[in-house]
Amino acid sequence: MTRRRLTPVYTVLGIVITAIMLFPLYWMINVSLTQPTDLRRDPPNLFPINPTFDGYTKVISEQLPYLGTSLIVGLGTVALTLALSAPAAFALAKLRPVGGTAVNFVLLIAQMIPGIIMAMGFYLIFNNWGILNTIPGLILADSTLAVPFGVLIFTAFMAGIPDELMSAAKIDGASAFRTFRSVILPVSRNSVVTVSLFTFLWGWSDFIFASTVNRGGDLQPITIGIYRYIGNNTQDWNAIMATAVVASIPAAVLLVVAQRYVAAGVTAGAVKD
Amino acid sequence: MAATQVTPPVTTRDRTTGAASIIDVAPAAGRSKNRQRLRAQLTAWAFIAPVVIYLAIFYAYPLYRNLDLSFREYTLRSFIDGSAPFVWFQNYVDVIGSSTFVPALVNTAVFTGVSIAFQFSIGLALAVFFFRRFPLAATLRALFLVPWLLPLLVSASVWAWMLNSESGIINSFLSAVGIDQINWLTSPQWAMVSVLLANIWIGIPFNLVILYSGLQSIPGDVYEAASLDGATGWQTFWRITFPLLRPVSAITILLGLVYTLKVFDIIWIMTKGGPVDASTTLAIWSYRLGFGGQSPELSPAAAVGNLLIVLAFVFGFIYIRLQRRMARS
Repeated sequence: MTRRRLTPVYTVLGIVITAIMLFPLYWMINVSLTQPTDLRRDPPNLFPINPTFDGYTKVISEQLPYLGTSLIVGLGTVALTLALSAPAAFALAKLRPVGGTAVNFVLLIAQMIPGIIMAMGFYLIFNNWGILNTIPGLILADSTLAVPFGVLIFTAFMAGIPDELMSAAKIDGASAFRTFRSVILPVSRNSVVTVSLFTFLWGWSDFIFASTVNRGGDLQPITIGIYRYIGNNTQDWNAIMATAVVASIPAAVLLVVAQRYVAAGVTAGAVKD
Repeated sequence: MAATQVTPPVTTRDRTTGAASIIDVAPAAGRSKNRQRLRAQLTAWAFIAPVVIYLAIFYAYPLYRNLDLSFREYTLRSFIDGSAPFVWFQNYVDVIGSSTFVPALVNTAVFTGVSIAFQFSIGLALAVFFFRRFPLAATLRALFLVPWLLPLLVSASVWAWMLNSESGIINSFLSAVGIDQINWLTSPQWAMVSVLLANIWIGIPFNLVILYSGLQSIPGDVYEAASLDGATGWQTFWRITFPLLRPVSAITILLGLVYTLKVFDIIWIMTKGGPVDASTTLAIWSYRLGFGGQSPELSPAAAVGNLLIVLAFVFGFIYIRLQRRMARS
C-alpha cells in the first residue's frame, strides 16, 4: 500500500534527476540559440528568450564540408566493419573453427589498446603507404574502433540462431557462403542494424585518429571542425554550440532507432518468415 | 557479455570422432570423413581469414611499430630518409626522468580512481532507483543514455563552456549562492576537478546500464523472502543486492578502468592537460609529445604510450580472467 502511494513521488524524483543529468544538453541548445551579444551576460539567460538562428546559418555556410566528410567516413567505416566482422562471426558462431577461442581472445585484447598508441603506429605506417591525410586512411583507422565490437556482437547474436535453420539450408544443397548470405544474414538483420549504428556513431565522433592520421588532410570531419572553431574564435560560442547540436543528431537518431532494434529477438524474424 | 559466447565445441567434435571410428571400420570411409572435416575447417577459416589478416595488419603491426619507435630516435629527418638510430632504452630513461613523469602518473591514477568511484556509486544508486517500477521509469532510463552516445568532442566543448570562468553557467549558479568565481579550467587546483566532472558525467550511463542488467538477473524471490523477514530497504540493499551484484560490479569496474585509462578527447579539449601539467595523464602526455607541438617527438611519445598499454593490459587480463570464471560458474 505504502509503495503504491510512493509511486508518483518516484516519478517526480526521476524526472528531476534526469533533468539534472541532461542539463548540459539543454545548455548546449540554449547557447546555440543565444544572441552573441548576450553570451557574456551575467547572469546568463536561462531560456532562449530572444532566439537567433545565426549559429545554425553559420553551420550551413561554414561546416557543411566537415559534415559531409564525417558522413562519408562514418558510412565507409560501417561498410568495412560489416564486411569484415559479419562473415567472421558466422564462422565463429556456427562453423566450429579450430582456434576460434584464440581469435575471440585476441579481439577482446584488441579493444583495450589505447587510441593514442594505435594513432602513433598508424601515423608511421600510413606515412609509408602514402595514405596519410586521406579519407581511406581515416576509414581504416576508424574501423579499428568497431571491428572487434562487431565480431563479438555478431557472434553472440548468431550463436542464438537455431542450428535447424542451418541444417535445412544444407539439405537443400546450399554452400556455406550461400547459407551465410541467404539464411544467416537476413535473420541477423537486427544485429546488423545495431552494429552499423554504433559503428557509424564511432566513425562520426572520432577525434583522435582525425587529428593524427588526417591532421594535414584537405577533407576534415566535423569533430575537427568544432575543434578548429574553438581554437580560432573563442568568442563565437553560439556558432560552436550550434555545430555541436548538429553533430549530436546521429546520436539522437541512434537512441530512437536502436532502442527498437536491440530489443528485438534474434529468431523472431526467422519464425515470422 | 560477448565473451560468454566463446566457442566450446571441442569436446563435441572429439565425441563424434570417437563415434565415427566405431561405426566406420573401413579405412576409406574414415579418410573421406577426415577430408570432409578438413574441408569444413577450410571453409570456416575462409570466413575468418580476413579478420585475422586485418588484426595482424591493423593491430599487431601498429603495436610493433610503436614498440620499435620507442627504441629509436625518430626525428623529422627520419620521415624523409627513413633512418632512425637504435637507442635501446634511452627514450624510457628520458621519459621516466622527465619532470612530467610523476605528475602524469599521479594524475592518471587520480583521474581513473576518482572517475570510477563516482561513476560506479552514482550508476549503482541510479540503477537501484530505476529498478523500482514507476511510471516513466523506462523512458527516463533511456534518456540517461544520451550523454554516453554524444560525440566526446561535443560533451567536452559543452562542459568547457559551462565551466568558463566569466560566462559559464556553473560560476553563475555559484555566485547566486555567494561563492566567488572559480577558474575551473585555468587554475592548477581546479583543472583536474573540471575534467573529472565531465568524465564522470559521461561514464554514469555505462555504469547504470550494466548494473541495471545485473539487478535484473537477481531472482525476485530473494527479495520476497527478505521482505517477509521484515528487512528494511537499506538492509536489503547491503545484505542482498550488493553482495549478489559483486561479480557484475567487478566487471563494470575493471571495464571502467580499461576505458578510463584511454580517455583522451575530454581532457584535451577542456584543458589540453594544463595548466602546466595539472591535468596531464599518460594518454595526454603521449599525444602532446607526438602531435601537440610544432616538432613531433614521436619516440618519447611512443615510450609513454607503451607504459600506458602495460597498465591497460594488466587490468584487461584481470577482466578477462574474471569474466571467464563467471562464464564457467
